[in-house]
Amino acid sequence: MTDRIVLDNVSKFYGEVLGVNRVSLSIPPGITTLVGPNGSGKTTLMNLLTGLVQPSSGSISVLGLSPSNSTGFFREVGYCTQFDSFPRGLTGRQFVLDGLMLHGMSAAEANRLTAEALARVDLGEAAGKRIEGYSKGMRQKIRLAQSIAHHPRVLILDEPLNGLDPMARAESLALFEELGRQGMHVLISSHILDEVDRISDRVVLITGGYLVAEGDIHAVRTEVRDQPMQVLVRCDRPGLLASRMFALDHCVEARLQPDGKGVLLRTGEMAAFYALLNQVAAEGLVRIEAVAPADDDANALYQYLIGSEGSAS
Amino acid sequence: MPRQNGPTLRERRVHPPWGLWWIQGRRLVRIEVRRNLFSWKAGWIYVLAFTPTLILAIHAGMDARSARDIEGDTEVLARIVQLFYLRLAIFFGCLGIFSRLIRGEMIERSLHFFLLSPVRREVLLLAKFVAGSISALLLFESAIVADFALLYLPFGGMAWTYILNGPGLGQLAAYLGVAALACLGYGSVFLLLSMIFRNPTPAAMVFLLWETINPVLPSLLQKLSIASYLRHLMPVAIAPEGFFALLTVETEPTAAWTATLGLLLLILAVLVYACFRMRTLEIRYTTE
Ligand SMILES: Nc1ncnc2c1ncn2[C@@H]1O[C@H](COP(=O)(O)OP(=O)(O)OP(=O)(O)O)[C@@H](O)[C@H]1O
Ligand SMILES: [Mg+2]
Repeated sequence: MTDRIVLDNVSKFYGEVLGVNRVSLSIPPGITTLVGPNGSGKTTLMNLLTGLVQPSSGSISVLGLSPSNSTGFFREVGYCTQFDSFPRGLTGRQFVLDGLMLHGMSAAEANRLTAEALARVDLGEAAGKRIEGYSKGMRQKIRLAQSIAHHPRVLILDEPLNGLDPMARAESLALFEELGRQGMHVLISSHILDEVDRISDRVVLITGGYLVAEGDIHAVRTEVRDQPMQVLVRCDRPGLLASRMFALDHCVEARLQPDGKGVLLRTGEMAAFYALLNQVAAEGLVRIEAVAPADDDANALYQYLIGSEGSAS
Repeated sequence: MPRQNGPTLRERRVHPPWGLWWIQGRRLVRIEVRRNLFSWKAGWIYVLAFTPTLILAIHAGMDARSARDIEGDTEVLARIVQLFYLRLAIFFGCLGIFSRLIRGEMIERSLHFFLLSPVRREVLLLAKFVAGSISALLLFESAIVADFALLYLPFGGMAWTYILNGPGLGQLAAYLGVAALACLGYGSVFLLLSMIFRNPTPAAMVFLLWETINPVLPSLLQKLSIASYLRHLMPVAIAPEGFFALLTVETEPTAAWTATLGLLLLILAVLVYACFRMRTLEIRYTTE
């Protein structure tokens, strides 16, 4: 029995619509983050892994198991989906308990594991209330509890931090980190790498259904750092500033703003860039009004992370 | 972590884990019955099932006993069962009950929880079918028993003679048997239709038409109709009249056991195909 999650040349088409295309991955234990913008195919990939959708081509194996053998497969795998819906009329506790009972274990064992899972997500006394009355964050927690209750070896989490407040976020991250340390596979999706990079061992970048980068988080980070980044500087003498900044050999591009009050600079060495910028400002030759990374919102950051012309591999 | 070393795939092939499937099936049925049997959404089905009971109860209170004759009332009951229950109440009741089982959970976006549990999809589907059958049987069998009681008991001693020493009890048993087969038959068909169509109602209407014109079709095609089997199992023949003449066209007589066996085989075939579809069923709530 292998300890890897393996996708071999997997494609999924929803009729004409591309879900994911020719994805090949081999994921070892630890925490792996699947990063991509909306509609990039994260959910599709996770649904493929768990058999909720069937691949159009290619093959999938999780620890050597196939989701078509659901009895063996779902003892080892827990999946917290993005679907924010529940069977009607259940309390949080009943919801988790019902799931465990279907494993065929004794009621006592199911009750014990339910209590343990509820304690882990810290749902408190809300567990005894109906899910219909839960907040979004509480619903997220109870779904997480349901997916970890049976002690799976593989945990798949589709945007698990959605709807959580900063406290709950930190608690969830700590929980994922602990599970990863115990040797579990934890596969987390997110559209923001920053959110989960601290705990991730590995990232998989996906966009438009294509896998664009994959690997050790530090390698990807370095790759990211070495890639030129854009900074917009608003100032009174942009031409002068640009010529000064070009003294840095890694300042690769400067574009004056049409209004003559700013310049867009591209650099591969942020630290040196900021050091020189501060120096120029201190000299007083150029009055700098504002400095801003030109790609600071999540999507632009992502574009930057994967390179907007991201070659399909 | 608590984990028993499960049997290897090979061992499982050789010895299917019947015990596990049985436990899982029972628990699924319990969950399903708890969630769906006593829901207000199903209220219209209760009304449908017990409408004749209500009418008979009013009659039983009003009519002078002597003014009624057992022979006539026996034919009334035959009509109620054949024309009201089989053609209308059980048909539409099963449409409501069985198309909820899979399609309803897709609409409410809760089916994936079952598909992500360590339960074979065939076990899940069959457990849902059993749960639907339990609901339908409880409802329609008790309605028919109540109808029977309300119709005959006002006759007092005469009724007991008819029931215990005459054909009464046999007829009741036959009605219950026919109703049970109808529930299983229509249930399996609607379970399957609801897996194929997002909205199974139009398909059910076509199927109703098929059931209605079936008596005039070649006998091979008749084998694909629930009503054609049930017709041979009715204990009391009713004289065809008016529009319903079409429904009771004479066909070659068939022994009760052949009809029962034939219908059970048809149900089995429908369920096998439903299991096959279940194996490749996908969760695509966005397009529901
Ligand atoms: N059931 C479906 N039918 C048709 N197209 C679909 C279906 N589900 C997903 N898609 C398409 O597949 C592509 C990938 O979608 P997917 O839901 O996997 O993206 P995602 O990365 O999970 O996005 P998000 O961050 O919004 O959750 C999208 O173009 C989407 O429109
Ligand atoms: Mg998604």
